[in-house]
Amino acid sequence: MNGDYKALKLIASSNPHIRSNEDTRSLMLDVIIALCPAVAWSVYRFGFRALLAAAVSVASAVFWEWLYRKLLKKPQMFGDLSAAVTGLLLAMVCPVTLPYWMLVVGNFFAIVVVKQLYGGLGKNFMNPALAGRAALVACYASQMTTWIDPAAGWAPLSLKGVDVVTSATPLAMMKDNFAGLTEGYTVADMFLGNTGGSAGEVSALMLLIGGCYLIFRKVISWQIPVSYIGTVALLSLLFPNGNSAVSYMLYSIFGGGLMLGAFFMATDYVTSPVTKKGQLIFGVGCGLLTVFIRRFGSFPEGVCYSILLMNCTVWIIDRAVRPQRFGADKAKKEAAKK
Amino acid sequence: MAKAFFGGVHPNDMKAATNEKAIEQLAPPKQVVIPMSQHFGAPCTPIVKKGDHVKIGQKIGEFRGLGAPIHASVSGTVAAVEPRPYSMGGNIMSVIINNDFQDEVSEEVVKPEDPDALSVQELIEVVKNAGIVGMGGATFPTHVKISGGIGQVDTVIINGAECEPYITGDHRAMLERPEQIIGGCCYLAKMFGVNKVIIGVEMNKQNGIDSLNRTIAEMKAPVVVQPLHTRYPQGGEKQLCQAITGKQVPPGGLPSAIGCAVFNINSVCAIYKAVTTGMPVVRKVVTVSGSGVNEPKNIECPIGTPVGELFDACGGLKDGTWKLIAGGPMMGMAQYTAEISVTKGMGSLLAFAGDENKVSDNPTCIRCGRCVEACPMHLEPLYLYMFVQKKRVDELNEYHIMDCMECGACAYICPGRLHLTQSFKAGKQMVKDDAAKKKAAAEAAKAAEEKKGA
Repeated sequence: MNGDYKALKLIASSNPHIRSNEDTRSLMLDVIIALCPAVAWSVYRFGFRALLAAAVSVASAVFWEWLYRKLLKKPQMFGDLSAAVTGLLLAMVCPVTLPYWMLVVGNFFAIVVVKQLYGGLGKNFMNPALAGRAALVACYASQMTTWIDPAAGWAPLSLKGVDVVTSATPLAMMKDNFAGLTEGYTVADMFLGNTGGSAGEVSALMLLIGGCYLIFRKVISWQIPVSYIGTVALLSLLFPNGNSAVSYMLYSIFGGGLMLGAFFMATDYVTSPVTKKGQLIFGVGCGLLTVFIRRFGSFPEGVCYSILLMNCTVWIIDRAVRPQRFGADKAKKEAAKK
Repeated sequence: MAKAFFGGVHPNDMKAATNEKAIEQLAPPKQVVIPMSQHFGAPCTPIVKKGDHVKIGQKIGEFRGLGAPIHASVSGTVAAVEPRPYSMGGNIMSVIINNDFQDEVSEEVVKPEDPDALSVQELIEVVKNAGIVGMGGATFPTHVKISGGIGQVDTVIINGAECEPYITGDHRAMLERPEQIIGGCCYLAKMFGVNKVIIGVEMNKQNGIDSLNRTIAEMKAPVVVQPLHTRYPQGGEKQLCQAITGKQVPPGGLPSAIGCAVFNINSVCAIYKAVTTGMPVVRKVVTVSGSGVNEPKNIECPIGTPVGELFDACGGLKDGTWKLIAGGPMMGMAQYTAEISVTKGMGSLLAFAGDENKVSDNPTCIRCGRCVEACPMHLEPLYLYMFVQKKRVDELNEYHIMDCMECGACAYICPGRLHLTQSFKAGKQMVKDDAAKKKAAAEAAKAAEEKKGA
């Protein structure tokens, strides 16, 4: 085209006229990619049932979101993959042996009650996957606390999960039998994930790989995971329940859902503060609550509830910790001089 | 050591399309359309009429109050004085001149006998008569900035950041016309009575930095080049001051409040030209680029050149071009017509034919906080957006919406594709309307009180 530009069909819109390539879908996809090592480990340790459970959970999460929005005639948004992430995370915080239909129920609570009823993506004040887990613990306490001991029989191809030999999780042992725990599992076992526990939480190593990927890709910032894990590490180092503070600290941070919670749950954008300073406060709060629940609560594990409790404080953290207004500091100082 | 401000984003700079292409001179256009509003302030009054013969550099628009005069950019006959579309939206009174291709220079253009002997007042007068404005796009009259800043300003900063993607005119000027830049800096140093002028340049223009440094050494000029991190909006006036001095301009204030004055590279070249040759601002370097342009170029052309001539010089536009932007992609104005012409503040002209338009059917905030991290004015765009949606004026004030400079960094980075910048423009208007309403109500109440008292 040359010479005559009158025929151009132009779009006039506000600046900016270019946008970053990163969108909600690409961020969620990165979270799914980051969870892959942990999923792979759970399949390796607990058998193909872990993969199947994850698939059922993801499918039901997407289904509930689709159905809710269909019934309410709202635009469909499952393409942003946020429901898929919720489903995957819920599967990872449940025991591998949990009946599939309970996962479907858990996802109903996570997606419909916690997320959509509050207005959908971006409006929920609690992490849907953790709220779903909390609901499942309340409804099906025994199934949610039946842990299989993967060491009892290694059967990665089994669809039933390895033969169910219920075992106490390392965290339960930490509470009343720390010496027994150190005999049963080495720190390396804890780090690699050769222990019992929820499907996706056992291997600190795999979760660290995923977490580092997220930080490297700038999907999450370091503030929440570092302040969260750091707080737990510091407190367990200062107040160990046993002879060796260092080994107590290592068992504390590698055990339970801390790695999964710190990298994948507490960093959920929707339910964490928006400023970096706020995120530090949030992470420290999660760490304090986790240690208190683990030490003084009636549950062996505190990650889930500590994050849910801190989710409820996000609005006030956001209000209290706001960026310093540009130039305001200077203006104040000058006013003081005068 | 490179310096930077807080926040910002890193868009793909897209400068490779034109940063190695020398500035070309456009073949003289048959006709120019010179808008009477090319500066911050009230439009100029045309002082020529249809049929008048004008020469290059002749004053054709006189300003009142805050403003700068406008000059003929070609010689020829005034074909019309009428409203025409222009790049800031809508129509504006314009002087249309048919070029006679004689390139006669007006008698009004007088070369100072000894430019170095001019006093500060004389220099400011030269700048004023030359119609120089902030040619980075803000178009604030330069002579006002200088005369208002003398005595308050101890740091004179030249803005060579050129942080908007695509634009390479300043970069080319650093490579091709460094003596004009450094020369202009020397006059600024004299006017402000400072012994050092700082040129801030982003590090993606290393050869530009080298070129300036060579010229500074040759001329033994009181000028230093400060490399800056490549990050948008590094060239924002307040951000540049922050990066270079470490000080922040107070809310609602001007850089002079912290002893700074910032000038665009183009404006500095214009000062040099005006002081050494007497020629006012009649030409402008425009980067013509974007996915819709067949052959992107840097072109120097007379002010008022219809943009179609620039596109023709660049091999025309591609079929399916759906956006024209006067200015950069972050802060420029999208045009609804290609009938506009080049003005003093137009550093680039972009045409998009690709998939730059990334919009979502359902823009949704996921509270990721990227906007908070990106905002160079330390605002929280996600909350401002929410308050604009709910028309909550008190909260908008509490969250300092008036500090927003509409740089577009938040909307650029938003993964939820929220129309942030757009809603802040609306929000600022809400705040202004509300203030006007309150003021009117207060005045009415006062009048009623007085009436009662009387």
